[in-house]
Amino acid sequence: MCGIAGIVDRRRAPDIETIKRMTLTLEHRGPDAFGLHVAGPLALGHSRLSIIDLNTGDQPMADPSGRWWICYNGELFNYVELREELSARGHRFHTTSDTEVVLHQLAEHGPGGLAAMNGQWAIALWDAREESLLLARDRFGIRPLHYWRGDGVFVFASEVKALLAHPAVPREPDPEGLLQVFRYWAPLPGRTAFRDVREVKAGHWLHLDAAGLREERWWRMPFCAGSHAVRDAGEATELLRERLRVATRLRLRADVPVGAYVSGGIDSSLLASLIKDENPGMKTFSIRFTDRVFDESSYQELMVRHLGSEHHFVEVGGAEIAAAFPRLVRHAEKPVLRTAPTPLMLLAEKVRQVGLKVVLTGEGADEVLAGYDLFKDAKIRHWWARRPESRLRPLLLGRLYPTSPMLAKAGRSEVLRQYYGQWIADPGDRGFSHRPRWETTAGVLDRYLSPALRALLARVPEWDAGYLDALPADFDGWDPLDRAQLLEAETLLGGYLLSSQGDRPAMAHSVEGRFPYLDPDVVAASCAMDPRLRLPVLHEKAVLKSAARGVLPDAILDRPKQPYMAPDAPSFFGEGAPEWVGELLARDRVARYGLFDPDAVDALRRKMERRRRNLIGFRDNMLAVGILSCQLLLRDFVEGRPEPARAVAAFREALPLGSQPV
Amino acid sequence: MEAKIRQFIVDTFLAGKDDPDFGNDDSLLDTRILDSTGMVELVEFVEDEFGVTVDDSELTPENLDSVMRVAAFVGRKVNAG
Repeated sequence: MCGIAGIVDRRRAPDIETIKRMTLTLEHRGPDAFGLHVAGPLALGHSRLSIIDLNTGDQPMADPSGRWWICYNGELFNYVELREELSARGHRFHTTSDTEVVLHQLAEHGPGGLAAMNGQWAIALWDAREESLLLARDRFGIRPLHYWRGDGVFVFASEVKALLAHPAVPREPDPEGLLQVFRYWAPLPGRTAFRDVREVKAGHWLHLDAAGLREERWWRMPFCAGSHAVRDAGEATELLRERLRVATRLRLRADVPVGAYVSGGIDSSLLASLIKDENPGMKTFSIRFTDRVFDESSYQELMVRHLGSEHHFVEVGGAEIAAAFPRLVRHAEKPVLRTAPTPLMLLAEKVRQVGLKVVLTGEGADEVLAGYDLFKDAKIRHWWARRPESRLRPLLLGRLYPTSPMLAKAGRSEVLRQYYGQWIADPGDRGFSHRPRWETTAGVLDRYLSPALRALLARVPEWDAGYLDALPADFDGWDPLDRAQLLEAETLLGGYLLSSQGDRPAMAHSVEGRFPYLDPDVVAASCAMDPRLRLPVLHEKAVLKSAARGVLPDAILDRPKQPYMAPDAPSFFGEGAPEWVGELLARDRVARYGLFDPDAVDALRRKMERRRRNLIGFRDNMLAVGILSCQLLLRDFVEGRPEPARAVAAFREALPLGSQPV
Repeated sequence: MEAKIRQFIVDTFLAGKDDPDFGNDDSLLDTRILDSTGMVELVEFVEDEFGVTVDDSELTPENLDSVMRVAAFVGRKVNAG
């Protein structure tokens, strides 16, 4: 895994020191080697974490003619097969790296070649003859890629901090991007927390030449209107089992050992079970919480005994989370509403201490195979909306949230009906499944905002429409579950789980996560299944569970689902609270940063400090963690400047393949 | 009593800022002033502050969904107790 950076400047030759400084801010992503290529309007920088072809896979890399230059972060898992195809078409290879395969694949087919690529990547490919640049991102946005476009100059990099190291890029927050986090949990696809800094969207490519910039989508989850091809439960189970086996095996391709995260839930447990036979001496990793409410260690231990793996864990409490949270935000580069990404950063640190660089993880199973309560919530509301006067239908919602004190208490009462009744009026609404989440903070957020940000809330309908109107033309004819799964994958999964809680905390310690559930063939199989197989009645992930039956211990399969959560806002308040919390929430600081209302933030802080019986509402919790992370971003990226860990390092000047000195 | 309840709601859910647009008759659920935990916070306050016990079956919008309704509900409880 790696970090990439680049400049295309048609006004003057790019500055070498600038591209070096940009690349060095990405050292955490790839500390093994630094590469450089500067020629004409182009500068490319690369920080490498060596995983495949440790000896000759350095980047930037060019074909022998010197026409094509590639700088890429990620893995192409089916590079062996694609290399054979390309060889048959006359391509000659000088290395055993996947990088060279990506280069030839895209040189041969252009962006049309992306569809055959199975992997996770952010790619920059320069055509020196045409002086054009292709940027591309994988299907779900597993690997990050950001850019900034000025007058005659274009700058791109894996992370925003590298862009901010370029003197032309403004170091300012994007208030709309920040506000969107409080609604969608991440800025909407394409947007970031920084002014004029964009991200290449998941499943998209960008093409830049002298004529301008073109953006195109090359992939979307292949749901369809009308009938689903797989309608039999047995067939679905077999199909998923087979696809998952292949996807997992493909993701073991590496020239270094591959470990696995084991959370204690079904998703990660199944992956670890699938690879244990091919991976003797496998190392597994998990997070334990000192707070029993969040801890799953009894299930983790059960799985470790089942796997016979060499197990490592970190134990995390509120104090560790509070101490590490500022560093997490510096890596995430956007606000977060929960602290749950922080323990994953501490776990990645453990992975590196043990000497591993690559781990399999279970992310994506809930989105691809319908695991979340949100899908059940939407299903119940759809059913209820057909008879809005029903008093019984809404009661099912109470069964979804046994951990919510109000809903548990009120499960038989009218409160539920009243609270959720606001979200059944329009079943044709494209955002139907996600309204309760999107509107969690809607009733109160305005009170916490500065006048400037409050005014921007008027744009909420535009944000919703901007995203929802651009959904596929036949979206309204899709099954409601398919619709909900697409929205979930494109907003929360891409913007938050794979980013703030995925790539960033892992890459903080140069650890590469691999995600078999996001394999395109696994996804295609799930999309082809009748939604009633994926979510029969209210049984989540039904196909996955039957695929795992016999592979996993029954105690894991039949345990109650526990969402991954960490001690949140309480970590930051009361006894032992870190000093920076008080500093960043102080009235003068809040006023100076200009995002929030100093009095309201102060009221929230006081409420948190006098919290009764550890009861902090979902919404207050989101507000507190979100506001704190915004303040940290302003402190470290706008008031301060993200600095590389070191100012100078040895850069290898890249040469076209075949021309290297031996 | 109404004033006390209103002050609690302003302090707890409205970031300490009273709002003339928020009427004592307005629904706390429809205006999204209360979220799911908010109802429990409100009940705890009512129990602690006025020394009454709220039964699960009394958790209804009729009893709890506006400042006036909470006040009337507590008034009935206190008188009955």
